[in-house]
Parts: sequence; C-alpha cells; structure tokens
Amino acid sequence: MVELQKQEYIIEVRGLVKKFGFKSALRKVDLFLKKGDCLALFGPNGAGKTTLIQTLCSLMRPTAGEVVIAGFDTRYDREALHNIIGVIAHDTFLYDNLTAAENLYFYGRMYHVKRLNEKIKELINLVGLNAYVNDQVQTFSRGMQQRLAVARAIIHDPAILFLDEPYTGLDQQGIEDLKQLLMKFRNQGKTIILTSHDLSRGLELCNQAAILNAGVLIYQEDIANIKKDDFKQLYLKLTGEKKWPVQAPLLASSKNSRRSCGKISYPS
Amino acid sequence: MCLFAFLVLIIFSFAFGTGLKSFKGIIPGILWVAFIFSGLLGLSRSFGVERDKGTLPGLLLCPVSPWEIFLAKMIGTFIFTVIMEIFTLLVFTILYNQNFLPFLLPLGLVILLGTLGFSIIGTIFSAMSSTTSTRDVMLSILVFPIYVPVIIAAVKATGLILDGTSIQTIYAWLKILVAFDLVFLLLAYLTFGFIMEE
Repeated sequence: MVELQKQEYIIEVRGLVKKFGFKSALRKVDLFLKKGDCLALFGPNGAGKTTLIQTLCSLMRPTAGEVVIAGFDTRYDREALHNIIGVIAHDTFLYDNLTAAENLYFYGRMYHVKRLNEKIKELINLVGLNAYVNDQVQTFSRGMQQRLAVARAIIHDPAILFLDEPYTGLDQQGIEDLKQLLMKFRNQGKTIILTSHDLSRGLELCNQAAILNAGVLIYQEDIANIKKDDFKQLYLKLTGEKKWPVQAPLLASSKNSRRSCGKISYPS
Repeated sequence: MCLFAFLVLIIFSFAFGTGLKSFKGIIPGILWVAFIFSGLLGLSRSFGVERDKGTLPGLLLCPVSPWEIFLAKMIGTFIFTVIMEIFTLLVFTILYNQNFLPFLLPLGLVILLGTLGFSIIGTIFSAMSSTTSTRDVMLSILVFPIYVPVIIAAVKATGLILDGTSIQTIYAWLKILVAFDLVFLLLAYLTFGFIMEE
C-alpha cells in the first residue's frame, strides 16, 4: 500500500461547488474524513452523489472549492492521487472483448503493479472467478462483471476506495460476497466512501453516515450516535421524499390494467 | 480501412482509367482521397471502444497523464493509418501501373508528415466527439476544415515529387506540414486534459 502523508484528515473537501451550465450539482459541500473512516453517503436520485464521487476521484474538475485527498489536490496532482484511490462505479470500466485475466493485466500494467501475474491470481481467487479467468468479459453476468470490477479497482492496493452504488445489479449472493469483501477492506484500515440507496446496508458497513440532498450535504454523523430505526425516518424527513409508493395490483384485463397503472397509493 | 481504400481506387480506376492524358496530375488527388477517407474510418474507432464500453473513466483513473493517453491513441492511429497507406500504394501500383520506387523516400516523407498531422487532429477531435451520439458525422465535420492546409500541402508536394522535381522545390510544402504537425501537437499537449475532463 502506498505510504500516505501524515495529516489529520485523509479526505478534505472545502466549499466544493460543481455546476453544469447554470445548474448546480454540488453547493458548497464540506466533508472531512480521517484515515480508516467509512462513510455511507445517502441521497435521493439526482442529489449529486455520483457527481461528488467523480469530483473526489478527479474525473470532474470542481467549479469552486477544493478537494485534497491524502495531501494531493485533485486539480493538480491527479497522477499521484490515482495511485492511492480505487473506484467502483455503475460502469465496470472493463473491456468486453478481453478475458478477465487480460483486463486485470491491462489495468495492472497501467498501475505499474509489481509481480502482476501473482497479483492477478490472488485477486481472481478473492472475487471467486477462478473458473472464468480465461473467459471474455462479454460472456459474464452483471454480478460476475461487478466482482471483476472490484478486482480491477483494488489491483494496485489503494488506500482509499470510492464506491458508487456498488450493489447495483447484483443478486443476493453477489451482494453478500461484496459486503464481506468491503468489510475486509474496512478492517484493513482502508478509507471508504460508499453511496447507496439501501440505508440498512450502508449503515451496517460504515462508521459514518451522511445525507446529500439537492447538492447540499445536509447531515453527517457517526453511526455510533445514530439509532438505525430512526435514521430512515430522518432520511425521509430531511430529503422530503415520500414513502415508497405502493402500486395497486395490476388486473388481468388490459382496460383495467391501464387504469390501475396510473393510480398510485401511499401507505398510511 | 484497407478494404475501403481498395474500393476507392477501384472506383477511380473505372471513372478515369489510366489512358487519360493528364492522369499523372490526378494521382496525388486519388491517393490522398483514399488515404483520408479510409483513415477517417479508423479514426472514429480511436475512442470508440472507450465510448461504447464506458471504459474511458477507467483509463482516466489510471496514474497516467491525459497527454500520455493522447500519445498512445495518436501513435495507434498513426501506425494503422500508415499500414493502410502502404497497402493503398501497393494496390495503386498494380491497378494504375505506376512505379513509386524512384520517389519512395520523398514521397514517404510527405505521407508520414501528412499522416502525423491527420492522426494528431483526428485524435483530438475523436476524443471531443466520442461523447456525442453522432460521433462519425461530427468527426468528419470537425476534422476536414482543420485538415485542409495539410491536404493542400500534401497533395501539392506529392504532385511535385511525382513530376520528378528536386527536394528543394517541395521544401516549402514540407515546412507547412512540419509546422502544422508541431502546432497541433502543442495544442493537444495544452488542451487534451480539459478535453478528457469534459
């Protein structure tokens, strides 16, 4: 693992603003995390979670404010920063026409990973894809691709992980495996920021929780101080989201089905 | 690319034949039309894989500078385009019964400089248009107007070389090609990071 510079906070976000034209995706976000912290970032669709993750990992340039990660400013020290971060996102960033091993070999070479062949074997074993190591990624299911994406993201043993809804598209077994893997990373002392719509899963894994709404970080707290049962209510209250709509059961006849599809009722 | 170049040469072969009085005068035009149009096909693939498969962020997250990504893509485009051009010259030699061997060195220099400019501009605009839905159309619209000085210089220089004039005569055109390549290489160095971010 790359030796990180000693400082109080490993992730420092000050007054971060990101605009797309006239639309503000992030409005003066301040966020500070220490080494080994694991932050679960929640928020409704369009809250700015993905934009925040992309700005933190330097895929987007901030409109204003600054992001310093392990002493590296994301605007000027991108290459050094990329050596210490790993990103798992909606997209797997894998080449479909390459095999699992070839994908890892490509990314391993890009990160100048030493003893790469051994590392690939170790990672393939870790994510449980031993039987598919020489299969093309295009033949993989979504869950298998996501497992390989995890291997890709950690091939250079990053100290910080950004996970943007990593459970998307995974089946129950895949979710459970990924959860175990993330627990392992957390126990290894890696700093993690995880965005998710699943409150319980996020709270289970992390030691801090934050809520982002309309580009504003409206809540951040240690999970030790949060009553999990109350958090859901707090989340719904702060984000102004209604309870999940329950759709009336669809009727067999197409005429009635159309009518019932448009009718949405909320549980009392 | 090679197949397209072959078809272009076949079409011109039927259109003009080799019995044309001023055939030698249109050789540079035929060659460069084949080079550029076939090259464009390859150019659109430069960032095509990254766009189609969504792997560009993965590439950008590697500890390499955007300039290194540009150079890698540009060199890849350059090599494939040169291979296509060698194939095109061979086919041209057979179809049109022309012997390029006496002019190989100066002609090769002009083709390499012209292709370098094409690869540089093409890679810049391929990256810019890779996020648009009308990537191929946009690429042609963006590349051609910028590439006009190179086309003029390369066609003129090729014509003069095939006429058997001395290297001094084409020196002015070579200078244009070199200057163009250097200016756009510098432009790519300064701007490619921003192009990749947005």
